[in-house]
Amino acid sequence: MPRIYITSVFVGDQQKALAFYTDVLGFQKKMEIPLGEHAWLTVVSKEDPDGPQLLLEPDQHPAVGPYKEALAADGIPCASFAVDDLAAEHERLLGLGVRFTQDPLDMGTVKMAVLDDTFGNLIQLVELVE
Amino acid sequence: MDEELFKALADPTRRAILDELVEHSGQTLFELCARLSTRHGIGSSRQAISQHLEVLEGAGLVRSRREGRFKFHDADTSPLRAIAERWPVIDDER
Repeated sequence: MPRIYITSVFVGDQQKALAFYTDVLGFQKKMEIPLGEHAWLTVVSKEDPDGPQLLLEPDQHPAVGPYKEALAADGIPCASFAVDDLAAEHERLLGLGVRFTQDPLDMGTVKMAVLDDTFGNLIQLVELVE
Repeated sequence: MDEELFKALADPTRRAILDELVEHSGQTLFELCARLSTRHGIGSSRQAISQHLEVLEGAGLVRSRREGRFKFHDADTSPLRAIAERWPVIDDER
């Protein structure tokens, strides 16, 4: 049976993106393998260091720009991460200067919010309601 | 303008869009679709909602603004004033 071990977001500057995804969002670096101009660069959750990784993937391909622009314009996130307490996380990230395109919204079984990673991606944060 | 206004208001999905934008202004298409599906049971595609928004914009009931790379939608109820002016509401005197 296949398992999901990695997913990715397209970023322009991998090192700047690493800083945002670790220092601001709170992930930790898992792998950094130099590959010429770029690197195989992944982060993981501190709570689950052996869990699925997020690849910070270079966005040089010409199709990536229009794809990201169109999704961002309509507010559509390209990745979704789970948090235990969305209200607290929203507050914490606002304090760090993060911009939300959607404040926490209670949808019954989930609460969700959407933030701008400043690398052209919108990121959804989800709290599963028990 | 009249035609566009009444046509825009004649559709239940478009009225639900207005309800949500009046309650919370500055929504992306993504947020609006999430609210429509969870609170109104409207599971239309994002394309369909986008087209409804165009009709509402044509009637002046919705304005969209770009902030950087993002597009936000706001309700504008000012065209409704024309309805109340055309058919004034007379309060009963009892």
